[in-house]
Amino acid sequence: MATTERGSELRTPGAPQPSGATPVAQKRGFWAWLNKRLPISEFIAEQMTGYYAPKNFNFWYFFGSLALLVLVLQIFTGIFLAMFYKPSAAHAFDSVQFIMREVDWGWLIRYMHSTGASAFFIVVYLHMFRGLMYGSYRQPRELLWVIGMLVYLALMAEAFMGYVLPWGNMSFWGAQVIVNIFGTVPAIGPGLVQWIRGDYGIADATLNRFFALHAAAVPIILLLLVLLHLVALHRTGSNNPDGVEIKEHPGHDGHPLDGIPFHPYYTVKDIVGVGVFFVAFALIVFYWPTVHGLFLEQPNFEPANALSTPAEIHPVWYFTPYYAILRAVPNKGMGALLMLLALVSLLVLPWLDRSPVKSIRYKGWISRLMLAVFAISFVGLGYLGLQPAEGLYVILARIFAICYFAFFWLMPFYSRIDRVKQVPERVVYHAH
Amino acid sequence: MRIRVRYRVVPALLLVAALVAGAACATRALAADETPSDADWQSWKANTNVTDTASLQRGARDFVAYCLGCHSLKYERWSRLGQDLKIPQALLVKDLIPPGETPAGYITSPMVESDAERWFGKAPPDLSLMARARDPDYLYQYLKTFYVDPDRATGANNMAFPQSAMPDIVSPLEGLKIAVYKTVATRGPDGKMVNEQVFDHFKQIAPGSMTPQQFDQFVHDLVNFLDYVGDPQQAMRQAMGVWVILFLLVFTWLAWLLKREFWKDVK
Repeated sequence: MATTERGSELRTPGAPQPSGATPVAQKRGFWAWLNKRLPISEFIAEQMTGYYAPKNFNFWYFFGSLALLVLVLQIFTGIFLAMFYKPSAAHAFDSVQFIMREVDWGWLIRYMHSTGASAFFIVVYLHMFRGLMYGSYRQPRELLWVIGMLVYLALMAEAFMGYVLPWGNMSFWGAQVIVNIFGTVPAIGPGLVQWIRGDYGIADATLNRFFALHAAAVPIILLLLVLLHLVALHRTGSNNPDGVEIKEHPGHDGHPLDGIPFHPYYTVKDIVGVGVFFVAFALIVFYWPTVHGLFLEQPNFEPANALSTPAEIHPVWYFTPYYAILRAVPNKGMGALLMLLALVSLLVLPWLDRSPVKSIRYKGWISRLMLAVFAISFVGLGYLGLQPAEGLYVILARIFAICYFAFFWLMPFYSRIDRVKQVPERVVYHAH
Repeated sequence: MRIRVRYRVVPALLLVAALVAGAACATRALAADETPSDADWQSWKANTNVTDTASLQRGARDFVAYCLGCHSLKYERWSRLGQDLKIPQALLVKDLIPPGETPAGYITSPMVESDAERWFGKAPPDLSLMARARDPDYLYQYLKTFYVDPDRATGANNMAFPQSAMPDIVSPLEGLKIAVYKTVATRGPDGKMVNEQVFDHFKQIAPGSMTPQQFDQFVHDLVNFLDYVGDPQQAMRQAMGVWVILFLLVFTWLAWLLKREFWKDVK
C-alpha cells in the first residue's frame, strides 16, 4: 500500500535492496544528500560505532574524555571572557573585575575558566598516571604517548600565559620568575628573556603578546595536537588495565573478541563520568572558587605592582613539582636543566621501560614500588613547591627529586630484572 | 538484590552533596564566639556572614561614615550596593551617597591621591578586594589591635600590621589602649637564656563612645560588609549552587541508569 510513497521502502525493515547499487546512493532526503558530499556516516561508523575499545576499562579510563570536555569548556568560556577582557597593563585588572561584577553571568564564566584551568591539570595528571600504571606508552603506542606529552607541554604554556592575564600581583611576579628561567640558556639567555617579554621587564607588551598566544596561537596548536592524539589512538586502539592487545584475538566478524563499540557503550559510560565530574566542578565553582588560595591566589586580588613583591612567589599548584626541582639545586642554570630533564624523562619513557609486560597488574614488586615512589615524589614536590625554599623543605625536595629521576633512569635496569607475573591471554572482565 | 543496594546509593549521594554544600555554613557556626585573650589576637575570627543583610547595611553605613573619607570601593556602584543590600534608592541618595555623586557612579573617596601621599606617606588602598587579597579575619584583627604608640607619627601602632600608616580612626569609638608586655625567659639561638618581651594584653587608658560589645559588633559589620564587596554575588552564587548540583545529581543518576541498561549486553 505504501510502495508509492517516497522512500517508504527504506523505512520498512527487511525490504529487499535493489541490486547493483549502494544503499547510500539509493537513499533520498537530507541525510543522504549530506553523506554524498561529506562522509559523516562513514566517520561515525569508523570512529564511533565501529571503533572497538577493550571492555575492561576501569575508573582510570574516564579522564581522557574528561580532558576533552574541559578543553571544550575552556575554549567556550574563554571566548566569552575575551569579549570583555582588555589585554593591556592599564585595564586588564579592572576589566576582570568588570567581568566579575557587572557582566551578566560574568562571575560564572570566569570562575568556570579559572576552575577549569586547575581541573584540566587534575584530569590530565590522572590520565597520565593511568598511562604509567598500565603501560599505555609501550609499543605500539609510543607515538601516542609522545603526542600526549606534547599536548601536556602546550597545555603548560597555555596555562602559564593565561595565569598572567588577570594582571594581579602574583600574575606579575610569577611571570617574572618563570620568564627569567629562560635567562639561564647559555649565551643567548638575557637576550632571549628580553625577546620573550618584549620589554626590559614584564610589562604591557608582555601581557599583550601573552594574550595573543593564549587566546589564538596555543589553542590552535593544542587542538591540532589533541586531534593527532585521537587519530593515533584510533590507529593503535586503546590499551587496557591488563595490557593485553585485544586486536590479537579477533572474532569471526573481524572485530576484537574483547572489544565493544565505543558508541554506544563508552559514550553512555563516559556521560556518567561527565556527570560526576560536573558535580565536583560545580561544588568548587559555587562554593569554593579560590580553593583556599590554590586555584585563585590571594596576592592576585591586588593589581600587578612592580614595587611590591608578594611574601612568597610561586607558580600555581600544577607547576610546583617542577618548580620544587628547580629550587632544589643551588645553581640556577643546573636547576633549569634538571627541570627540563624532568619533562624530557616523561617524553622518552616508552624507550626506558624494558619490562616484558605492560600493566602494573603483572609487573613485579620493584616496578610497583618505583611507581608508588614516583607518585609520592611528584605529589611531594608539588607540595614543597608551594612552601618557602628553606631548611627541611629543600632537603625533602632534593630527596623527592632524586626519587623522581630514579623512577625514570633506573627503569631500563629494574624493569628488566623484575620478576613478572603470567599475563592472561585475554582481558579480565566480570560482567556487572 | 545487588540492584537494590545500588539504588540506595542515590539518596546517600544527595545527602553527601547537601552536607558538603552546608559545610561552609557549618564551620562558621561551629567557630565558637567566646572572647579569646588579647595575646591570641592572631586566632580572632571575623565570623562573617554575607547573608545577614542587616549587618551588611550597618557595615555600609559605617563604611560611609568612617572609611570613605580616605578609602574607595572603586569596583562597586552605589546602585549595586542599594540593590544587593535592599536599601531603597531614596534612602541611598539621602543618607549614603555623597552630594554630587549619582547612584550609577562608583563608590570613590573624595580624597586626592597626591594629598594622601603627602599626609600619610602612601595613598590609602582601595578596599574593594581587600577582604580577598587579605582575609576577613585579618581585617577584623587589624581593626581591633590598634594601640597607642608615641613613637609613631600618627600616635598609633597596630599588632596585625606593625608600622601601619593608618591613624587609629576607631579610637573615638573604642577608646585608647596600650599594649602591655611581659618578660619571658627563652633559650636564644646560642643556647643561653635570654629575656624576651612578649605581648600579653591591651590596657584601656581612655574610654570610647562604645562598649566593647558594641565596638566588636561595629568591626564585625564593617568586615562583613567588606567581605560582601570583595565578591558581591557570593550569597546569590551559594544559593544557586544547591539547585545546580541537585540537577547534576539527577542527571548523573539518569546517565548511570542508561549506562547500566546498555552494559547489560556486555558479557
